Amino acid sequence: MAERSFAREVEKLRLGAGEEFAGEGILAITKALLQCGVGYVGGYQGAPISHLMDVLADAQDILGELGVHFEASASEATATAMLAASVHYPIRGAATFKSTVGTNVASDALANLASGGVTGGALIIVGEDYGEGSSIMQERSHAFAMKSQVWLLDPRPNLPSIVKAVEDGFELSEVSNTPVMLQVRIRCCHVHGHFIAKDNKRPPMTVADALDAPRRDTGRIVLPPASFLHEKEKVQKRWPAAVDFIARNKINEFFGSDHGSVGIVMQGGMYNSVIRALQRLGLADTYGETDVPLYVLNAVYPLIDDEFLSFCEGKQAVLVVEEGQPNYIEQAFAAMLHKAGRGTRLVGKEYLPMAGEYTGQVMLDGIGAFLRAEAPHLLPGEVRAPNKVGDGVDTADLINVVPGRPPGFCIGCPERPIFAATKLIEQELGKHHIASDIGCHLFSIMPPFELGATTMGYGLGPASASAFNSPDAKRRSISFVGDGGFWHNGLTSSIGNAVFNKNDGVIVIVDNFYSAATGGQDILSSRAGNKTKSTKHPITEAVKGMGVKWLRHIDRTYDVGKMQDVLREALTTDEKGPKVIVASSECMLNRQRREKPLVDNAIKGGERVVKPKFGVDEDICTGDHACIRLSGCPSLSVKSLDDPLRDDPVASIDQSCVGCGNCGEVADAAVLCPSFYRADVVHNPSRWDRFLESARRATISLLQRRRESRRLTFADA
Amino acid sequence: MLDAVPPFRARTGAQDDERVIKLAVLAVGGQGGGVLADWITDVAERSGYIAQSTSVAGVAQRTGATIYYVEMARNTGRLPVFALSPSQGDVDILIAAELMEAGRAIIRGFVTPDRTTLIASSHRIAAVSEKIEPGDGRASSSKVNATAEAASKRFIAFDMEKIAADNGSMISASLLGALAGSDALPFARESYEQAIGAGGRGVKASLAAFGAAFDRARGTAAPGPEPAEPAIVESASGAGRVNGPQNLLHGWQTLAARIDLMPLPVRDMALRGLRKVVDYQDIAYGRDYLDRLDKAVALDGADHSHALSIAAAKHLANALCYDDMIRVADLKTRSTRDRRVRKEVGVKDGSVLQVTEYFHPRIQEFCGTLPAGLGSYIENRPKLAAFLDRRINHGRHIRTDSFAGFAALWFIGGLRRWRRRLLRHKVETAHLERWYALALSHVPHDYALAVEILNCRRLIKGYSDTHVRAQSKFDRVLSALDLVKGRADAADWIRRLREAALKDEKGDMLDGALKTVASLSDHSVGGGGGRP
Repeated sequence: MAERSFAREVEKLRLGAGEEFAGEGILAITKALLQCGVGYVGGYQGAPISHLMDVLADAQDILGELGVHFEASASEATATAMLAASVHYPIRGAATFKSTVGTNVASDALANLASGGVTGGALIIVGEDYGEGSSIMQERSHAFAMKSQVWLLDPRPNLPSIVKAVEDGFELSEVSNTPVMLQVRIRCCHVHGHFIAKDNKRPPMTVADALDAPRRDTGRIVLPPASFLHEKEKVQKRWPAAVDFIARNKINEFFGSDHGSVGIVMQGGMYNSVIRALQRLGLADTYGETDVPLYVLNAVYPLIDDEFLSFCEGKQAVLVVEEGQPNYIEQAFAAMLHKAGRGTRLVGKEYLPMAGEYTGQVMLDGIGAFLRAEAPHLLPGEVRAPNKVGDGVDTADLINVVPGRPPGFCIGCPERPIFAATKLIEQELGKHHIASDIGCHLFSIMPPFELGATTMGYGLGPASASAFNSPDAKRRSISFVGDGGFWHNGLTSSIGNAVFNKNDGVIVIVDNFYSAATGGQDILSSRAGNKTKSTKHPITEAVKGMGVKWLRHIDRTYDVGKMQDVLREALTTDEKGPKVIVASSECMLNRQRREKPLVDNAIKGGERVVKPKFGVDEDICTGDHACIRLSGCPSLSVKSLDDPLRDDPVASIDQSCVGCGNCGEVADAAVLCPSFYRADVVHNPSRWDRFLESARRATISLLQRRRESRRLTFADA
Repeated sequence: MLDAVPPFRARTGAQDDERVIKLAVLAVGGQGGGVLADWITDVAERSGYIAQSTSVAGVAQRTGATIYYVEMARNTGRLPVFALSPSQGDVDILIAAELMEAGRAIIRGFVTPDRTTLIASSHRIAAVSEKIEPGDGRASSSKVNATAEAASKRFIAFDMEKIAADNGSMISASLLGALAGSDALPFARESYEQAIGAGGRGVKASLAAFGAAFDRARGTAAPGPEPAEPAIVESASGAGRVNGPQNLLHGWQTLAARIDLMPLPVRDMALRGLRKVVDYQDIAYGRDYLDRLDKAVALDGADHSHALSIAAAKHLANALCYDDMIRVADLKTRSTRDRRVRKEVGVKDGSVLQVTEYFHPRIQEFCGTLPAGLGSYIENRPKLAAFLDRRINHGRHIRTDSFAGFAALWFIGGLRRWRRRLLRHKVETAHLERWYALALSHVPHDYALAVEILNCRRLIKGYSDTHVRAQSKFDRVLSALDLVKGRADAADWIRRLREAALKDEKGDMLDGALKTVASLSDHSVGGGGGRP
């Protein structure tokens, strides 16, 4: 079950025509899908569209009532391949994933789907993970649209616009027999807003109906000679149909004055930032009313030549606001102007940066510079010749003071002890080549662990170490892969590959029972029962099935000593072939979410409950922080003592500690210091507990009194 | 960088009541920034405003720095165009849920003196980079506070985390209270309270934290008492409470009376040192301490503000109270420790506390706790030592709430009375003598250098391997002594080396600094003391 429950929000999916929907962008998209009569939805979780998957998972009842099939796909390739259901049948289907990483994985299926074309509307909703908050390489989904010739919508970032884009997307897909990608950026996914709902529509043909009346058409299958015909069809039939639809339905929008010497063209997703820059330049009001001519591309691929050329009519200069690189749109527009023999100057990356997010300041600077150069008469005096320069506050010193705060392992994370053990084994056996993978475990590359040299893609950790397999090598490589990546494609690409190629490396599969980094979605090896999914398939069985002979399973990662022993054995054994370690403990974030209410209720209900927490004896801690260098847990921090005899702050554990055990285990395994203690509080103790306690305390305090009466004791000064 | 026009002098001459209010929240993942942003949106919508909030979720929420952004404008029946992220120089209210996040907001340009109300919780959540230094790697809060005053139009800062905790709530509630109390938004207090109430979970505690922070931000509630400056100790014999049998108290009075004879600035540290040493061992050990300290006091004078004596008082005490098994066992079996654990863990009446200790003794610790002769005998026979180590060197989890576990530690703690005869004591005493004599030998010609040598004792800490590494750093720093002594800046160099040694685990920074020192003396032949 996912980290965040949308059980309450999904009720909004039932809103009928005329009612106002209020909520997150992601939820609005889900509602729009149902309003469009979608027949099936699939996808793979990942920011920023994880919540879309979570919402759908929590909305199974509503989907069931409408006859809509939902799948949590095994990968983005699976999700896209699922759209094959729209090839022969007039069923609308949608797939969703994080882009560009998901689109990379999906591209095989996407290219095949795009070649044969679709009958029912096929919509791919990509969460564009670009700019601040992104966790992936900075690329553009635009390139995929161009190479496979699928259409790309990039609507203005407000709820009514993205809901309309979903509706437009399905229609566009159907009239042009082409899958359509709908791109939504990170903040747009999480934007809170309103739109007026329509009734949900039952799909005219459900997947069940299709199964009852199967169809086929060899002409839609990607194999010569059909594939050659597909290519021609794309440019001769589908492209003109798409252009016609976009122009006729006014998908792209014009704002501002009809005439003027300059204009701005932008991706729809950039609209709000452009308006904000114009507002700050004194050229637009709160509601976006402006005199500057604007051409907003809610469809960024294909581009509509006539629309653009008529926009340029009578303009000296036009600025293209296109985030990311290469600047495909700008290049295409430049070619249009050139071929049409127009004199309008086209600028873009001259005023705006070639690479990087278009933040508020970047927009203000870029658009301001463009207007000052091309249309200074538009600008108010203060902007043309500002009086003040800078705000007079010097922040240079502050940059050296404020520490960076990258994401890291959560409180009590079961992956922390795995990397503590790895760090300790490296202290013992020397440095190794370590290949990392995608997932929470990638935080190992950051302090305090600083382990891992590369990350090559989801489930590809061990695959990325496959070159390091030499009979001359004295050391083995170590590679990590999470359970999410393992099922996504690691089983074949990494484990199968290692078995087949007789790789001699060590592979650690980090099994935390969920696809944890994306929000705790269930996967095949999840331990909990799931009403609509089949879980509890052990990773160890799958690994054995792939032919791995040397396999060890650690069912409690917090046992740092054992983890260390197994790693040592894997790195030194004479046995050939891949050495696979499955390290299993439940994601603490999800475990706490699951257990905390149960524990609280049990305590309230008078049940005997033992709650652990760790502590540090501050007079035994010497303030070296070796323990923190093997932990980095948010609940383990430092504090100053009110004692002038002590210079350095001591370790300290705050109330957020969940008693995972890492501190004690690491202190033991690394032979650090005896200042940690574990305090188990027995709530609602049994009569036996109480009897034992009173007997123990009586004898213990006898000893304490005996000693303390014979020495000097100092009350705290 | 282009400057923007002062806000909202829009083309159509928009009225002030149509302006967009921009509010950003910078928080650490897990602090509940999303809850706060939702509340603010709700308050705005309840108050006749249109609001839009956005956030960047994803992995940043895993303990990293996160940002939430809200824009709002009076509902005039038309939809405003809101931006989805804050811009430099264009934020009206910045809420930082932690002090360094306020610093980050300033660096990012989200706080400007012409318009930004900066509301920050003054508490710190140390970043990993701050915590992993072997010394004190924490960032300077005063620098952030000073810049925040200058960089913002209004700076409201107090410990909102504490207010939340005191009221059994989360910081999002006290941040909302501070926002409401600041009057930076044109909304009534009731709207905020209604928004909290609509959340439906932990409402009572949230409202209490909200109210307390509201009052603090308004200035109607007094800030908590400032920590009092430590009183200057005039007379040691009377200060602090000491309990014990009469003969020991008499011995203590005699020792304390000796502190009264010391120069006034030295007394506080000397008394603290004396208490620590007597608490560690006995009255006689305290006498040893004062005898040694007297040597430094005799060489010292008021012209250096008694820096040497104060440093000696501090570091002699720490050196004498080395961390051995006996000390650990003694501290863990005291009744005061039991009470402290119960308080920290929050054991309520009717609950039972079980305490597990983590020990991992090695042959070295074992030998250290043997009589000096026997201990050295074993240590000098590697095969025997290795044989014994295989039997001793295991992690031991000892339950000190059980009688057997407690009694074992109590017994080890009781070895205190024989400590002076044990191997570890012999080793530690020899080390202390060398270090102290070395420091005092420099007093006549370089007083500051002598003080810095004393301060190097700070490097020695930790147990087992950590302790070995610390010793090595200590030795490496002092190895530079021959290179720098005689130079006018010798003391400064030793201080720099010590600080470098505290920067990282292995002492890489220290090695770099030592190379610099070595090159110094290469280039300064004839200047200063030259090379040994």
